[in-house]
Amino acid sequence: MQEPDLSIEISSLKMESPLMLASGILGTSIELLRRVFEDGAGAVVTKSIGYEQRMGYDNPTIVEVYGGYLNAIGLSNPGIKEFYKELSRSKIDDLPLVVSLFGAESSEFSEMISILNELEVKAYELNISCPHVKGFGVEVCQDAKLVEDIIEAVKKETQKPVFVKLSPNLTDIVNAAKLAEDVGADAITVTNTFKAMSIDIETCRPILANKIGGLSGPVIKPIAVRCVYEIYQNVDIPIIGCGGVVDWQDAIEFFLVGATAIQIGTGIAYKGLSVFEKIKQGIKDYLTLKGKSSLRDIVGLAHGF
Amino acid sequence: MVSDKPRIVKVLNVRDESKTVRSLIFEDDICSKARPGQFVMVWIPGVDEIPMSISMTKANGLAGFTVRKVGEASSALFDMEAGSLLGVRGPYGRHFTPIIGDVMIVGAGTGLAPLMPLSEILTQNLSSIHMIIGGKTIDEFVFVDRARAILSKTKSEIIITTEDGSYGTKGLATDAMEPILKEGHIDKIYTCGPELMIKKVLEIAQVFSVPIQASLERIMKCGIGICGSCCIGRYRVCKDGPVFDSPKLEEIIGELGLFKRDHSGRATII
Ligand SMILES: Cc1cc2nc3c(=O)[nH]c(=O)nc-3n(C[C@H](O)[C@H](O)[C@H](O)COP(=O)(O)OP(=O)(O)OC[C@H]3O[C@@H](n4cnc5c(N)ncnc54)[C@H](O)[C@@H]3O)c2cc1C
Ligand SMILES: Cc1cc2nc3c(=O)[nH]c(=O)nc-3n(C[C@H](O)[C@H](O)[C@H](O)COP(=O)(O)O)c2cc1C
Ligand code: FES
Repeated sequence: MQEPDLSIEISSLKMESPLMLASGILGTSIELLRRVFEDGAGAVVTKSIGYEQRMGYDNPTIVEVYGGYLNAIGLSNPGIKEFYKELSRSKIDDLPLVVSLFGAESSEFSEMISILNELEVKAYELNISCPHVKGFGVEVCQDAKLVEDIIEAVKKETQKPVFVKLSPNLTDIVNAAKLAEDVGADAITVTNTFKAMSIDIETCRPILANKIGGLSGPVIKPIAVRCVYEIYQNVDIPIIGCGGVVDWQDAIEFFLVGATAIQIGTGIAYKGLSVFEKIKQGIKDYLTLKGKSSLRDIVGLAHGF
Repeated sequence: MVSDKPRIVKVLNVRDESKTVRSLIFEDDICSKARPGQFVMVWIPGVDEIPMSISMTKANGLAGFTVRKVGEASSALFDMEAGSLLGVRGPYGRHFTPIIGDVMIVGAGTGLAPLMPLSEILTQNLSSIHMIIGGKTIDEFVFVDRARAILSKTKSEIIITTEDGSYGTKGLATDAMEPILKEGHIDKIYTCGPELMIKKVLEIAQVFSVPIQASLERIMKCGIGICGSCCIGRYRVCKDGPVFDSPKLEEIIGELGLFKRDHSGRATII
């Protein structure tokens, strides 16, 4: 039998493999992004970039908890103009590069895109769901009118695919997804991290300098899978599943509930950069065992029950 | 696998190394098994969490690091007393690989911290060491006595250099390399210290075709290879380093000693 086909398309973004690098993981330099691509990612998403430079929060910015990690990096980024220089340093036309952007209002998003427009960026992901930075993220995500404005402004500025990344901290993630679809989003990424805390009982204080951070890793996977499941029943645009993928079995779960692609972040802390090749092989073996010639044949199968 | 959560440890002993440098010794079984060149993320509750090389390990579960006071976090560490509480996670990163043979060590300042436990293993292996310790001026030196004690165990030598000539030979640490390399065969060079020095060590080593290992520094946040803040070229200093071999150092020569990234990820001139 032929090798199962893992290639996918999300709007005009073509990927050899459905496994993407999640935003904020190693997405600081073009060389690192390229390395992750060479290590088997189908597409790579940059760290979320804002209009102005941000130093982020003080350390500790990360701490391990049972089943996952908490982080409060605080959207540190060099600012869009500096990041433009970063992306201009080398040829990127062969790189399936997705730029993640955050901002507090629609004009910021359109200005950032106009700066990047001439570059060979393949798609944009709008991070309107960071759980721990005031004024950006979840607060944006909760304001339906603002979300609409942002997506419309971005779509006006670029022909490239636009993914909207949602937060599990919303009470109604399905409605947020529907809204994004209605105003022209090309795909939904679910989910970002969950607001959470970890306390050191010896010193009796929160470990993260920002006290509150975002929870990622295996512990959030069942919730992320549920989010994809519910959104799949209500929207037609592709869904990019994200949250706690460490092994190929995790990835398969996401495809079965309707994800077209998945993103991997914290999995790298557990498995290193070989996580992409390992999961890719696991998916191929699974499809072969199930007698499927293409990954597309299993997307959404869990909805038949 | 050890959790990436800070383990709270008590400072048992503080040792003055110079006017601005102190070693803090604490009890932690995991750190006491660290290999030379590995580092820990040290949490100073309420202040910051910063990377520190392990400068000392003992068989009885003790370990230590050596801090130079430069800014807020390192000063807070410097001011700690016996009994203070710290968090440590790690040890992380790739370590120096000690060989058996004739080696050269080039270090300066707190860059000597990981080179001390390395020298201990090298002399246990009966390697002979040409150790060059450089500094700007006489006040800055740390670990000279400790180095002498370690090196006395094999046929080794210590060469001290200062830029102002106030101690040892006048000049740069790297000036002392060539005469030794011309005189006899050196199997390997180990180095840690200011990046411009490391770059020069690499260049000289290339001329004499001697392999080197160098320990580098970049801003660290996660320490476990996921946040990307410590990137240099296509590598993560926390995970692919901090100790790098010649081939990788040659790959990143375009950045080495030239620029590094700040906490925002913006490239700044070194
Ligand atoms: C692998 C590694 C091992 C190190 N080992 C030692 C050691 O054994 N002894 C020692 O004295 N110092 C060591 N350092 C350097 C030490 O971590 C910094 O000097 C310290 O973080 C400064 O913090 P500060 O708040 O005192 O100074 P700040 O005023 O905040 O910063 C001074 C400079 O320190 C560096 N720095 C600040 N924060 C960080 C950070 N989170 N990660 C890395 N660098 C930072 C930056 O270059 C900055 O310009 C090591 C660094 C690395 C990466
Ligand atoms: C250290 C770290 C930094 C992150 N930074 C960002 C970011 O800048 N933008 C963003 O959209 N998501 C960010 N995230 C969230 C991830 O992209 C992802 O949505 C989340 O971690 C869940 O996936 P995972 O369990 O595979 O990590 C970050 C996550 C981590 C762990
Ligand atoms: S410090 Fe986060 S990747 Fe190295």
